[in-house]
Amino acid sequence: MPEIVAFNAIAAGIEPEAEKDPVALSGPWGRKPRRALSPRNIIIYGTLIVVALYYLLPLYVMVMTSLKGMPEIRLGNIFAPPLEITFEPWAKAWSSACTGLNCDGLSRGFWNSVRITVPSTIVSIAIASVNGYALANWRFKGADLFFTILIVGAFIPYQVMIYPIVIVLRELGVYGSLTGLIIVHTIFGMPILTLLFRNYFAGLPEELFKAARVDGAGFWTIYFRIMLPMSMPIFVVAMILQVTGIWNDFLFGVVFTRPEYYPMTVQLNNIVNSVQGVKEYNVNMAATILTGAVPLIVYFVSGRLFVRGIAAGAVKG
Amino acid sequence: MENVSVSVKDLSLSFGAVTVLDTLNLDIKDGEFLVLLGSSGCGKSTLLNCIAGLLDVSEGQIFIKNKNVTWEEPKDRGIGMVFQSYALYPQMSVEKNLSFGLKVAKVEKAEIDKRVSRAAEILQIQPLLKRKPAELSGGQRQRVAIGRALVRDVDVFLFDEPLSNLDAKLRSELRVEIKRLHQSLKNTMIYVTHDQIEALTLADRIAVMKSGVIQQLADPMTIYNAPENLFVAGFIGSPSMNFFRGELQLRDERAFVHANGVDFDVSAYPSRGPFRDGQKVVLGVRPEHVRVDEALSRQLSHQAVVDIEEPMGADNLLWLKLAGQSMSVRIAGQRRYKPGTAVTLSFDMAVASIFDAVSENRL
Amino acid sequence: MAGHTRGSGRPNQWLRNLNAKLASIPMILTAVVIFLGGTVWTVVYSFTNSKLLPRLSFVGLDQYERLWAAPRWLISVQNLVIYGFFSLIFSLVIGFLLAALMDQKIRFENTFRTIMLYPFALSFIVTGLVWQWLLNPEYGIQSVVRSLGWTSFAFDPLYNSNIVIYGILIAALWQGTGLVMCLMLAGLRGIDEDIWKAARVDGIPMWKTYLLVIIPMMRGVFITTLVIIASGIVKVYDLVVAQTSGGPGIASEVPAKYVYDYMFQAQNLGQGFAASTMMLVTVAIIIVPWAYLEFGGGRKRA
Repeated sequence: MPEIVAFNAIAAGIEPEAEKDPVALSGPWGRKPRRALSPRNIIIYGTLIVVALYYLLPLYVMVMTSLKGMPEIRLGNIFAPPLEITFEPWAKAWSSACTGLNCDGLSRGFWNSVRITVPSTIVSIAIASVNGYALANWRFKGADLFFTILIVGAFIPYQVMIYPIVIVLRELGVYGSLTGLIIVHTIFGMPILTLLFRNYFAGLPEELFKAARVDGAGFWTIYFRIMLPMSMPIFVVAMILQVTGIWNDFLFGVVFTRPEYYPMTVQLNNIVNSVQGVKEYNVNMAATILTGAVPLIVYFVSGRLFVRGIAAGAVKG
Repeated sequence: MENVSVSVKDLSLSFGAVTVLDTLNLDIKDGEFLVLLGSSGCGKSTLLNCIAGLLDVSEGQIFIKNKNVTWEEPKDRGIGMVFQSYALYPQMSVEKNLSFGLKVAKVEKAEIDKRVSRAAEILQIQPLLKRKPAELSGGQRQRVAIGRALVRDVDVFLFDEPLSNLDAKLRSELRVEIKRLHQSLKNTMIYVTHDQIEALTLADRIAVMKSGVIQQLADPMTIYNAPENLFVAGFIGSPSMNFFRGELQLRDERAFVHANGVDFDVSAYPSRGPFRDGQKVVLGVRPEHVRVDEALSRQLSHQAVVDIEEPMGADNLLWLKLAGQSMSVRIAGQRRYKPGTAVTLSFDMAVASIFDAVSENRL
Repeated sequence: MAGHTRGSGRPNQWLRNLNAKLASIPMILTAVVIFLGGTVWTVVYSFTNSKLLPRLSFVGLDQYERLWAAPRWLISVQNLVIYGFFSLIFSLVIGFLLAALMDQKIRFENTFRTIMLYPFALSFIVTGLVWQWLLNPEYGIQSVVRSLGWTSFAFDPLYNSNIVIYGILIAALWQGTGLVMCLMLAGLRGIDEDIWKAARVDGIPMWKTYLLVIIPMMRGVFITTLVIIASGIVKVYDLVVAQTSGGPGIASEVPAKYVYDYMFQAQNLGQGFAASTMMLVTVAIIIVPWAYLEFGGGRKRA
């Protein structure tokens, strides 16, 4: 910041090139010396590195275990890298691991999860974004009351509402189907998504909305032509939130779908915790990584936006 | 009622228990430039939003061009509006910003092009048409925002503090341009601001507002020289008018305001009615209506001491102590006084203001 | 002028702003039917003797008496209290310390944050299974330490009824502290830089500034984080299912699992409803004072 330096020099009443008096020359002068390995830095970085290793350890063990054969696992130490790398556990986890009588691997659960996550994400975001927009810009009497109930409802344990939802879905004839589960995800995603979109739209300049109204645009024109193009970041945040949240869900999957539609998490749990047969830890770990892969990829690709998403979505618990 | 462009009848607006506008009446003539002036929270922007149809009124009616538009949508009122934050659609180019409203209204393509190029020509923004708002400077953005109102081809322009986000230099430039625009288009313009300079320079008439009520509606000179009440007197003018609280005394066929132990001779004051002896009043004198060390004929002189001097270039502002009360006087820039200097003051009572201390209305 | 003949008829109040109302129908249905209606329904049916199917034959507080006499429920509650207490304390302390470390203008901040937060992206099932493997006494941490020569080393929380809940706690902290760190870091970043400058000019040591100035300023962040952690604690379910299935025996049961098992496996709906109502009460005890502090008490926040 050369301007500031110059300004300070002028403010102090000296020219930058002014000659230095002897007292100034003998004392400390110029840049303060800084050591890269100061005790403070050693403590800070040392702690952070130890913490980072702790967080990384389970991931490391998972990968190592999944690349070993069972004999090596029985002999060796879980932290040791594989002596002989094998991808067989991965293949088995994907296509032939057994849950009960079914032995077609996690792939079925994967495709179920895709079929659940994609429509649930789209439907819940579509509904919540329009609703948040209505709440932010087109307030009507009673809207705040319903919104308050919705937000308070986000804190109610799911267990309290599960059975009534089972009844409602049964009445609608969609209990046990993918449609039913999509409805459930839409319902439970609604509080946080609506809050997210409402706050975002309310944070946009109100005058923009007014200008559009003077220009004669109505509810949908303003939504699609003005609001939507300005809101891509928040839609991405909402997508991250929903994709990871729905993919990771276990409870709703187990309660609201039939076994043939079980999402990946449920199937994973059934594979690993099934009591029949010999435990194949390498297959289990490969299956675990496969299940965690989708949210992890979303996480590593989206980076900063993910932080924003979960900070907003943390309320979801 | 010919020539009335916008008419507001008994308009009230309340949010719950809070009354923002209270039985407000206002007629704006065709081609008039009306400024709504007041500090924040006085209801001036609220009134503008009601006229625009962006807020639903609680009571009363709004007419534009003799048509009752109280419940009409904004687009159907024949208005264009310019906002403080410009409110340009960020993802659209300048051209799209200008044409958006016309496209929504399904105006023919040729007509849209014609109106956009006309507006661009008037505002000299042709080179900017393909740019996005983010690539424009503040002044250019505000031009585009004005252009968006222009293409609507309407009778009434509404401005909601359009210059408040600009720096001082740009603000004065655009002020002149808005005035020029009004002179060439001759549209009705309603302009909300908290800046009294904008109000005084632009307006045909100013409506000074406070707490949802119009305090005075008059041309700028009347507002400045003959404020209707104490609020308007104190609000307009910088530094503000000097006030002396005291009592009216009638002696020897002359009238005096006795304040802080000092007598001000106000016989020259053009009062609206007869003075009442012993009436509690507030005497108001603008800083430039006080002479320093040059006696006006037949006026009583007063002794004061210079407290602080604020040289402003063209003017020199003196802060004085007169009978223990602080007051300001504006003198020519080249006349300088050191703090502590004793000076003689005389007041030009012909252009002073006197208000009843209780009702605060002009006498 | 037209006087009082109103130009355009006032539009029907119900039809005004119609699109916004249509767009809000899903929200209204969810709020009223599912959240409000469902909750009331469950509470009401918790006073009935519903077994396989919900029936409206009221039995007073019978279900609650049975609930509080059931050893499995008592263990669930005890587990939740222990788990909740330690996970609150450790999350807040670890989360804050990590955030304070991250706030020292360090290099590679993004890398460290990415590493600390990635477990939060994972499903509880994944977390539970990984830690089940790490804590496996035959092959996991215990066997590794033993093979290093310390043959009497014992660390098998998942197979020891007395400490199994701490085994679950370890996994939960691994997954959740990154989030708390992020929230705290956001709070620290929200504090005016000038506060730090003022403290430095005044010569106040850093730890004292944190303790006496920064933490009190972060009251809001702490409370929000507390509520987030607490409402997550009450819901804990997947983690237990994956890690221990409630075992050994019933040693790691939790209320949410009790509800699920009674509703969908033991076919004793009344017990499930009563237990879930107790969960609701617990959450209310946490949320109501917070909501009151945050939104009530005359202090309005936009």
